[in-house]
Amino acid sequence: MIQVESLTKQYGASTVVDAVSMTVERGTMTVIVGTSGSGKSTLLRMINRLVEPTRGRVLIDGQDTASTPGYLLRRHIGYAIQGHGLFPHRSVADNIATVPRLLGWDAKRVRARVEELLRIFQLDPAEYADKLPAQLSGGQQQRVGVARALAAEPKVLLMDEPFGALDPIIRGKAQDDLREIQRRFGTTVVLVTHDMDEAFRLGDRVAVMSQGKLLQCGRPAELLTRPADPFVSRLTGTADRSLKLLSLTTAGEAAEPGSAEGPGVSAGASLRDVLAELVWRGATAAPVVRADGTPAGRLTLERVLARGRAI
Amino acid sequence: MTESSSPGPVAPRLDRLGTPLALAGAAALAWAPFVVFKANRIASGDGRLFHAVLPAADSVGLTLILALVALVVIAARNARLRLIAALAGLAVVLAALAVAADRLTPAGDRIVRIAPGAGFWCLLIVLALLATDALARLRPSPAVRVLCLLGVAAVTYAVFAHGVFDNLSVMREYAVNASSFGREARQHVALALGSLGAAVAVGLPLGIVCHRVAKLRGVILQTLNLIQTIPSIALFGVLMVPLAALATACPPCAALGVSGIGAAPAAVALFLYALLPVVANTAVGLARVSPSVVEAARGMGLTDGQVLTRIELPLALPVIVTGVRIVLVQNIGLATIAALIGGGGFGTYVFQGVGQTAIDLVLLGAMPTIALAFSSAVVLDALVDAMQGDRS
Repeated sequence: MIQVESLTKQYGASTVVDAVSMTVERGTMTVIVGTSGSGKSTLLRMINRLVEPTRGRVLIDGQDTASTPGYLLRRHIGYAIQGHGLFPHRSVADNIATVPRLLGWDAKRVRARVEELLRIFQLDPAEYADKLPAQLSGGQQQRVGVARALAAEPKVLLMDEPFGALDPIIRGKAQDDLREIQRRFGTTVVLVTHDMDEAFRLGDRVAVMSQGKLLQCGRPAELLTRPADPFVSRLTGTADRSLKLLSLTTAGEAAEPGSAEGPGVSAGASLRDVLAELVWRGATAAPVVRADGTPAGRLTLERVLARGRAI
Repeated sequence: MTESSSPGPVAPRLDRLGTPLALAGAAALAWAPFVVFKANRIASGDGRLFHAVLPAADSVGLTLILALVALVVIAARNARLRLIAALAGLAVVLAALAVAADRLTPAGDRIVRIAPGAGFWCLLIVLALLATDALARLRPSPAVRVLCLLGVAAVTYAVFAHGVFDNLSVMREYAVNASSFGREARQHVALALGSLGAAVAVGLPLGIVCHRVAKLRGVILQTLNLIQTIPSIALFGVLMVPLAALATACPPCAALGVSGIGAAPAAVALFLYALLPVVANTAVGLARVSPSVVEAARGMGLTDGQVLTRIELPLALPVIVTGVRIVLVQNIGLATIAALIGGGGFGTYVFQGVGQTAIDLVLLGAMPTIALAFSSAVVLDALVDAMQGDRS
């Protein structure tokens, strides 16, 4: 768990981060979103003390981060950035092994961990371990960057626009992979982005920042239905907010008992996709089917529409 | 009648570099004196053409070979063939020079001087240009380039050790100065390398300071720039007083060789000139390291020292070594003027030769200096390429 307590950063007369307090629960993903200059990156960099706070403090699992020297603290917090920052003169394996070696792991354990991570990130160790970063594609470099951040099994992972340099198709895949890996390791993730869609797609909770202040921190649906500030609704966009809300719920979650005519919709599909499918078919209901083919109830048009209504 | 309608063989394209060089070489061969015959070492002498200094049969044969070389460098596109042709041409011209010197020198005569003439120098430059061009077209790996250099050095050594050019004027001067040549060579290398070592030892930390402390960057680089603009003679003069004072005030320093004139001010001047390239390249090399790489390194918990030694310096190394290359070549050339204030080195022969209007003695100092500078440039260029090849 990360507790941020009235954290402030001032450079001269300008306040970049202004008394921000928030709590990130263990094993969840919190996305900090805001326009450029909103202070979101500075807030993130104060958590691992790349930037020293002017006032306030950060507790990780109850321990004040100021009680450890900055570089020792950072060895236990994963850090991944836009453009990955891989060391161009070191092989992929050496890049991933950076923090484990700093922590003094023995060579055998380091090698085993590097191979495990390469497999998790779908990179064949035999083919990729000895390559230099310049020999990889952009998507592969990004995966190695995240693998390197996770190498020493940190409980907390900080990410600053990690997908900013990727094209849209690879970005979607990278976001899904991150979600899966975060659930698998139970890592607490704080991710900074300027992309609201990315925030909604990834965040268990989304924190909106503007001009150094934290405007609202809550579940994505809360931001849509109960925006705390006009800026939040501007950032989330009001024109298609009902559809955004629908996209946050899956068919399986919203299904009711019963059956319906016609081909089934997948339980993992979002209600937004189910609505589009029903409109396309001209149908008023569809059965919901799980990935293994077993029925999971049905969804009526009325039930879908009710989910997109402001509560 | 020939079949004019069918496309004939494509006319060979004339090589853009080979053609003018071949023409220049031919003109030099025909009209410029190949050697200069002098009655003694300071006489002005008269020029002799290529065909006049060789036995008729040799002259025709060697001219034919050179014509063949010209044909290859004008028309052939195969770089390997061009290289062989240029090297063959060089061998012919050098052999002709040795034969001419032997033929023109009366048996047992130690007074007459046979010096290379303008024609020889032109041919040498033309053929050397063609050889380096062919070598560059082959794109040899750094290791191959260094091996080529070693090969050339070995052949050169063997030829001189064998006494092939002993009747040539420059070698006559060498014979007179043989006892001091080794000493001056060592002194020259010691001046160039010693000041380089000191410049790297001081310049590297200064470059790091320039990179880390923006406020000092301007001051340091401006000061070093200013030093570069001081002419070497003036710098010697400026150094003479403090160094002489130091030697008087501190006898142990004097015992180490510190004095107002001699090697000490020369070494200090070379060191001062060497600082700017080392400091500037270190600062530029460090500045070119991607900020995201440094950010990631710090974010993962490397200390400032680890970021410098494990990330920044290794990534800046090719640029730093480029600075060292500039300094080394510059120092080898500049070390010549150390002789002006009694600092020794190859410059000793250059300035003695100028004083005695004995151009052969000047050459005895100048040619090894050029060879030394060229060799160090080749070796350090190869080193830079080898380092950059690792990560491109």
